[in-house]
Amino acid sequence: MSRVPAARVAPAPSAVTPLRRRGFIRTYLTPKQAIPGRARLILAIGSFVFVIGVWWVLAVLVQNPLFVPSPYQVVLTWWDMMVNLGFYNDVGWSTFRIVAGFLLAAAAAVPLGLLMGSFEAVRSFFNPPINAIRYMPASAFIPLLILLQGLGEDEKITIIWIGVFFQLVLMVMDIAHRVPDEMLNVAYTLGASRWTVFYKVFLPATFPEVVDALRITMGWAWTYLIVAELVAAEHGIGSFILIAERYLRADRIIAAIITIGILGLITDTLFAIAHRLAFPYVEKVRA
Amino acid sequence: MSEIEITDVAMRFRSRHGEVTALERISLTVPDGQFACIVGPSGCGKSTLLMVAAGLITPTEGEVLVNGKPNFEPGADRGMVFQSYSLYPWLSVRRNIEFGPEIKKVPAADRRKTSDELIHLMKLDGFADAYPKVLSGGMKQRAAIARALAGDPEVLLMDEPFGALDAQTRQIMQELLTDIWQRYRKTVLFVTHDIEEAIFLGDVIYVMTSRPGRIRTTLAVDIPRPRTFDTLTGPRFAELRNQVVGVIHEESLKAVESELARA
Repeated sequence: MSRVPAARVAPAPSAVTPLRRRGFIRTYLTPKQAIPGRARLILAIGSFVFVIGVWWVLAVLVQNPLFVPSPYQVVLTWWDMMVNLGFYNDVGWSTFRIVAGFLLAAAAAVPLGLLMGSFEAVRSFFNPPINAIRYMPASAFIPLLILLQGLGEDEKITIIWIGVFFQLVLMVMDIAHRVPDEMLNVAYTLGASRWTVFYKVFLPATFPEVVDALRITMGWAWTYLIVAELVAAEHGIGSFILIAERYLRADRIIAAIITIGILGLITDTLFAIAHRLAFPYVEKVRA
Repeated sequence: MSEIEITDVAMRFRSRHGEVTALERISLTVPDGQFACIVGPSGCGKSTLLMVAAGLITPTEGEVLVNGKPNFEPGADRGMVFQSYSLYPWLSVRRNIEFGPEIKKVPAADRRKTSDELIHLMKLDGFADAYPKVLSGGMKQRAAIARALAGDPEVLLMDEPFGALDAQTRQIMQELLTDIWQRYRKTVLFVTHDIEEAIFLGDVIYVMTSRPGRIRTTLAVDIPRPRTFDTLTGPRFAELRNQVVGVIHEESLKAVESELARA
């Protein structure tokens, strides 16, 4: 029987900002001390400014737009890609593959993970093979899948499925496994049947963390998709990058990579908003 | 009438070092409306005994009878309160309290009446629609007790319910619990390691010893009710406390000696 720590620790002291001004060293160089909200914002913006600044200086120093285009040039290229090269088409294809592969993987991994986390028999049966396959890189399956499925959409979607499913299923299993025994036991002593405990206590207890797990694995799905598209594809961001490389267009490659980053940021934000709306009761732990 | 009887319960586990006896032939009866406390050092198996009483674990030997009938499955007849509160974070305080009645398909209006009453009694007014995350530890445990009472159990089992609270909150909670008990007269089996808590709350105290866990002494607490804060400073309270402390101290010494003898 596992025991839950009785008292969950209160939010870290860094959640509050002291109102009294203190010296620079005490404020900024004491471990785990909160810094003023405005300083936090300035640092966050500053990091972007810093990265772009370094990039710009590099571009000026190298003086070779073929290899190191300036940020401004990349913005122009991105606009050109969208207007004249139909890049939005590639973005659309990639997004479709991601969504399809990810949904199929989640649809299988979440139920199986929940069952594995709650029933030891299911866990004992599925855990060994899944654990083994997890260590086989999804990208290594690409040649095999091309052999089996050809170069179509199903091959890309299968890659994403493999990349996401085996990771996600184990994460969900772990989440389910961590549901405190007491939570279920209380329900039994209130007269709940096994089935009632399962769907009224066990399932809702896992939901918020399952959504967190989906959010994390979504990021990995992008990696696998781009690899699959780099190997062989007619459309998609990955294939666009490959063609750009053949024409020695570093600016296009960078623009495409940044586009992926922005798409990732958008999905991540959507997940975060959905999480906040769906689970207002979750205690916030500040990152 | 609601009575719980534990007869000849033994609990043994198999471990790498052979068989471990957690509980050895424990028998006790909590008659209708009695508040019984089990006190003992940590690791004496008192929580295990309560889990057995709840039907959450099956004893190796012996049985648990509720109103004379053997019962090996957990159910609404034995409500349980854990130290870790175990409120459902996704339900409001009210829906947490109504969880038991909801399962029993009690009509919404009656459920509401029950939860209104308990929210008021447990001093949770104004927090009915709040999520557990905004409650303090004491409030969480009051809500958890309200939830157990709303299930209207025959017997209330409490496993160190105030163990995670600070001393001040704990005292307030003990006073609140005696008031509530005075009102409902539930049959209660209450596990704690806090001797004063047991004397303040209980009609009878079972002192347990460890390795293997068994009941060493039974003490009747003859302090009249209703008990209040003043009870704690009375002469009889001090006498009983010294008595229990003496027994436990003797047992702790014995445990140390037997450990030394084995070494």
